[in-house]
Amino acid sequence: MSSVGPRGLSHLKSLESESIEIFREVAASFERPVMMYSIGKDSSVLLHLARKAFFPSRIPFPVLHIDTRWKFREMIEFRDRMARQHDLDLIVHTNPDGLAAGINPFDHGSAVHTDIMKTQALRQALNAGQYDAAIGGARRDEEKSRAKERIFSHRNAQHAWDPKNQRPELWRIFNTRLAPGESMRVFPISNWTELDVWTYIYAEGIEIPDLYFARRRPVVERSGTLIMVDDDRFRFNPGETPREEMIRFRTLGCYPLSGGIRSDAADLPSIIMEMQASRTSEREGRLIDSDSVGSMEKKKQEGYF
Amino acid sequence: MASVPMTASSAETALELWLAEQTDKSLLRFLTCGSVDDGKSTLIGRLLYDSQLILDDQLASLRKESRNRTTGDEGIDFSLLVDGLTAEREQGITIDVAYRFFSTDKRKFIVADTPGHEQYTRNMATGASNADLGIVLIDARKGVLTQTRRHSFILSLIGVKHVVLAVNKIDLVGHDADVFNAIEAEYREFARELGFETLVAIPLSALKGDNILTPSPQTPWYNGPQLVPYLESIEVATDRVEQPFRFPVQWVNRPNLDFRGFSGTLASGEVKVGDDILVAASRKPAKISRIVTMDGDQQHAIAGEAVTLVLDREVDISRGDVLVHPGQTPDYSNQFQARMVWMSDEQAIPGRSYLLKLGAQQVPASITALKFRTNVNTLEQSAATTLELNEVGTVTIATDKPIAFDSYGDNPLTGSFILIDRISNATLGAGVIEYGLQRAKNLSYQSFDVNRRVRAEMKGQTPQIVWFTGLSGSGKSTVANLIEKRLTSEGRHAYILDGDNVRHGLNKDLGFTDEARVENIRRVAEVARLMADAGLIVIVSFISPFRNERRLAREVAGDVKFTEVFVNTPLEVCEARDPKGLYAKARRGEINNFTGISSPYETPEKPDIVLHGALQDPVQMADDLYARVFEWDTGYSI
Repeated sequence: MSSVGPRGLSHLKSLESESIEIFREVAASFERPVMMYSIGKDSSVLLHLARKAFFPSRIPFPVLHIDTRWKFREMIEFRDRMARQHDLDLIVHTNPDGLAAGINPFDHGSAVHTDIMKTQALRQALNAGQYDAAIGGARRDEEKSRAKERIFSHRNAQHAWDPKNQRPELWRIFNTRLAPGESMRVFPISNWTELDVWTYIYAEGIEIPDLYFARRRPVVERSGTLIMVDDDRFRFNPGETPREEMIRFRTLGCYPLSGGIRSDAADLPSIIMEMQASRTSEREGRLIDSDSVGSMEKKKQEGYF
Repeated sequence: MASVPMTASSAETALELWLAEQTDKSLLRFLTCGSVDDGKSTLIGRLLYDSQLILDDQLASLRKESRNRTTGDEGIDFSLLVDGLTAEREQGITIDVAYRFFSTDKRKFIVADTPGHEQYTRNMATGASNADLGIVLIDARKGVLTQTRRHSFILSLIGVKHVVLAVNKIDLVGHDADVFNAIEAEYREFARELGFETLVAIPLSALKGDNILTPSPQTPWYNGPQLVPYLESIEVATDRVEQPFRFPVQWVNRPNLDFRGFSGTLASGEVKVGDDILVAASRKPAKISRIVTMDGDQQHAIAGEAVTLVLDREVDISRGDVLVHPGQTPDYSNQFQARMVWMSDEQAIPGRSYLLKLGAQQVPASITALKFRTNVNTLEQSAATTLELNEVGTVTIATDKPIAFDSYGDNPLTGSFILIDRISNATLGAGVIEYGLQRAKNLSYQSFDVNRRVRAEMKGQTPQIVWFTGLSGSGKSTVANLIEKRLTSEGRHAYILDGDNVRHGLNKDLGFTDEARVENIRRVAEVARLMADAGLIVIVSFISPFRNERRLAREVAGDVKFTEVFVNTPLEVCEARDPKGLYAKARRGEINNFTGISSPYETPEKPDIVLHGALQDPVQMADDLYARVFEWDTGYSI
């Protein structure tokens, strides 16, 4: 239906229209929607699409960031600047229990830190806001279990994903009906690929954090992964000293858990061309993501995205 | 994938070149139909492999896994790329539709992969709804099978116009031209009535790569296209821009008092600033004054574009309205004929009230007639009273208020709909509209000068419906009798519609199956409404065990005052009373579908009044009800 015909829209333009339509459906069908904002490139595209969907109105719902307090400093600056620039109704939530308990990736490890500061924090924020629809930036091309995810994905009152209770989605008709307490996760860029995201960022001139571009950054190397030393909370192993390397990040998260890749791609064209030319660099990046990928199914059932 | 060599300095130029290439690429969404045995997973794996989407280290591990399996020259079992299925089954995840992405130098592709035999019709219909083309896989050794016919019928039902008949495993029949030709001939004969615009048969081997990318030396007798080049070049897009303008309003855009725009996506056609338009429902005219996007105002917009339209005057327009050009208006009616695929374990029951969603329009609707069911394997049509999961039927649908639509053949986006369960909110079925029922357009309610208000004034009472629900033996009829007597003694005009009595006359043709119960309630609700229109206080005493039916009754009542009274007497108490000896019979198995014993009673969630039959005697219950409904209602209101 969105194929380009004798007269039709370009590939990116039709993806854009489809996403805008989904945003508007959310605004029209739910009472308390919220948009998840993780500051990364997919979130940046999401934010751009939301602005387009409702222009000249403001985005008619709040934007939620789950702050683990271990994000790159630059991400937080970027987030606050975007909020000012686009007049966003920004909500930042940190799990107060986790904060009080001093949960951090160094002492508690990636799994515990992520569970408490991300998964549980998200659930707290969604409950507190009584949101009936949460918009996220997941894409079907990310991994196998996403390939069959719905665009409007139904969650029960415990935020859990019941794979047996997902509704068939035909044409562009979305069943948005909910019983009290239930909610919906909505993924407007489901049909985008990673390459689509990058080319759209380039074509539309969308601003993304500088961390995506190769710069000289202080890093330590741990079992083949390059970790950036972003602040003085970093715990060095005996004998470790940071050294400067030309690196960039393919995904952004908590800095002690995000691996950078060696690269010279200092601008968008170089990044896209690097992705195109190299079959191993892409692979390398994915290896670093593998921690989150492996447990995606479980996280979804626990109420995370 | 395009592989433009990269150097840091020329990245931007290279990117521009590459982007230009990408911009020219169109997107083809297609669907693969066939079972694992036909080699579907192998075919999709092969397409991913040939488009170089498989990365180097993935390949290495695939080769390892492929040992002891049937492989092609590459030493890879391609089905491993696609089959996460065993693992998914173990996790108890429903396997329905998975979407996979790949691209070649010429085109981008989204494949809807619908594995599994169970739920096949439902999943295939879902995958087909957004597909431009369907690949029907056949195992050359087996030829055209029942499932081939089923797949093709569903493609045709959902309106997929382009089909590739992939005769796979041609290597296993010795690349025999006669086998291929026989299969193609048989299939073409069968597909003649299915209305496909293009149909190409290709002999191939997904495992060995025959006729996938390049002509196979093994099939010198075959002169047709190879699969991938064919998918890259086939022109599938119907020109939606050429069709009549349809703009379903999704969201009213009102940032401040000075701006009022209507946001939506053009389902078809095109629109320009200055165009005259009509609101399909109200026929109110206006002119387009602006076409607004964040990238600036546009002079015109075409099918598929998401924009915000501003009109030159104030017109009452809300979500669900459809803006069109005068002279090219869609159907606007409350009745149409459609073909439906049923997608739920809960069967379709004519008369039951559902929610219908079509574009941005959402209205209560019911199936008024089930004309016939089509056997998806034989295409034979037969009479039916219900539709079960995965069945296909032709139905007439009535909506509570008129909606704007086109026939599916004319416009898939304004001619397709889903039905939603009003309680579970599940998507029950999907339908494609064949045509609006002309007579419905002319059917308007007669409005007479003598109306309910006039009759209410004459009688000095509020015409209304008091609907009792509760188990057999709960005390409904006893309380209803007491109320009727009391009202009559006060000079008010009341009438009892009782389950047993109505079943002896008006509804004597109905049994006790679920469908019959729905029809039973529907008729009673309509009669109650007519009687209330005549000025009466109507007391309905029916077990009415299903929430949906009680909701239907309330909806039929429309603007008539409606009070749902739940006589909440526990089953044990009712059974101990057993005034008619029915529970005993039901326990002995002499009565089927007896509410409370062999058929469920769905407790009302929000009854207007609850009476407790185990705690109060009938006189107390009647007093209680009287006090709450009639005591202060001494005048008339409607």
